[in-house]
Amino acid sequence: MKARHLLPALTLLALLLAWELLVRLAHIPHYTLPAPSLIAQTLWANFGSLAGSWWFTLKVTFSALALACAGGVLIAAVFALSPAVEAALFPVAVILQVTPLVAIAPLILIYIESTTAALLLCAWIVAFFPILSNTVLGLRAADANLRDLFRLYRATPWQRLRLLLTPTALPYFLGGLRISGGLSLIGAVTAEMVAGAAGRETGLASRILEASFRTETPKMFAALTLLVFTGMLIFWAFNALSHHLLRTRQKNG
Amino acid sequence: MDTPPPVIQLDAASKRFGNGVQALEACSMQLASGEFVSLLGPSGCGKSTVLRLAAGLEQPSSGTVYSPALQGAEAATAYVFQEPALMPWASVFDNVWLPLRLAGHSRAASRDRVEAALRGVGLQDFGAAFPAELSGGMKMRTSIARALITQPRVLLMDEPFAALDEITRSRLNSDLLALWAAQGLSVLFVTHSVYESVFLSQRVLVLGQRPGRVVAEVRINAPYPRSAAFRRSGAYLHACAELSAALEAAYGDAA
Repeated sequence: MKARHLLPALTLLALLLAWELLVRLAHIPHYTLPAPSLIAQTLWANFGSLAGSWWFTLKVTFSALALACAGGVLIAAVFALSPAVEAALFPVAVILQVTPLVAIAPLILIYIESTTAALLLCAWIVAFFPILSNTVLGLRAADANLRDLFRLYRATPWQRLRLLLTPTALPYFLGGLRISGGLSLIGAVTAEMVAGAAGRETGLASRILEASFRTETPKMFAALTLLVFTGMLIFWAFNALSHHLLRTRQKNG
Repeated sequence: MDTPPPVIQLDAASKRFGNGVQALEACSMQLASGEFVSLLGPSGCGKSTVLRLAAGLEQPSSGTVYSPALQGAEAATAYVFQEPALMPWASVFDNVWLPLRLAGHSRAASRDRVEAALRGVGLQDFGAAFPAELSGGMKMRTSIARALITQPRVLLMDEPFAALDEITRSRLNSDLLALWAAQGLSVLFVTHSVYESVFLSQRVLVLGQRPGRVVAEVRINAPYPRSAAFRRSGAYLHACAELSAALEAAYGDAA
């Protein structure tokens, strides 16, 4: 347990140390590449102003993810119930998925007046597909013998959904959720990059752009640090959630 | 000797699947009330199709199938698959509870019956365990407890012990006979093992190669209860030889 966490922590520390030494020994100017220590100082000094933007980015990310869960699961359930609907709509979902977000974000920003709502839609578009496709797969993955058993005991469609299909689909859904968690953050940041610092409220992406215009490189890195931290937090949180929910299914669990 | 009424009867039942495979051709057989009958044959001879017809999971392409499952008598038929087919997300208790749960019985109201069923297969201490924590034999015991929870009249078993080791298999064979005797079950048991079918059954039906139908019937006249000593008796060895000869006649030297 300890060694499992120790090794990546030491690696990270070594990388940061190498970075610090490189900047100091090679006399790299801080507007080109700030040292980790300077980034930490900048983050500390600007935390008050960055926190508001961080909060905004978190709001967009998690709202988009929540909507992606609701939308993805709902559409997956409809697809599972009706193959005709799936055949009709799945290509549309694929089109949404394969269209690069940066390419349609400007359009969405034109059509939707509220920047926040537009950002939310952009993040949703990239986040919902993994949940949809994984849940569709999971709802179909029920064990053939168990399906027969439910038929033999004359289970109602509701019982089948609740007691067989949903628990079968859970690991698939969680797999999708782990991917979508990261994607919703990427979606939120990418869309805001395209939107620029236009809205009333601004997220971390706007702060990075803003700092870049002023060549405040340490501040860019400070905002970036918060984004990386958020992404890792999301990844770990869903990993832990998934591990917890599926703990009884694994051997020695 | 008067024969008890059949609980399952196939009259010239045929089954052709959508992909053109003719699994059964004019197959006729009976399972009398309280009887233990084995269906013996190699893989792919249509044995499982007989069980699926009897359970009402498939409809015959022609001919008739009579069984309690088809008469709408709910939970009168139980099915044990080759795999334990347990829900990995549910405890042993909840797995066994499933048939009662589907019939609308609450967990609390089912407690006594589930615990009795678990005692019946020797798993009284494992109700809270999850399938991933059990051995293959224990998983199959759970599967049997689940099948017996509704107190079915007919138990259909599709090579349930094929994946188990010899020792576990022998023990489960003996336990199954005890449950059969205690609960007045009628059992239709599919197997590809001559020895297993002789040890368990009153009658063994040999199924011919695809399309399947009954090509030979061997009566095992040894009395119950049958202990391990039965496996060393002359009657046992004689029945095994007779069945092997019937299989050879049906399949040639390959059998």
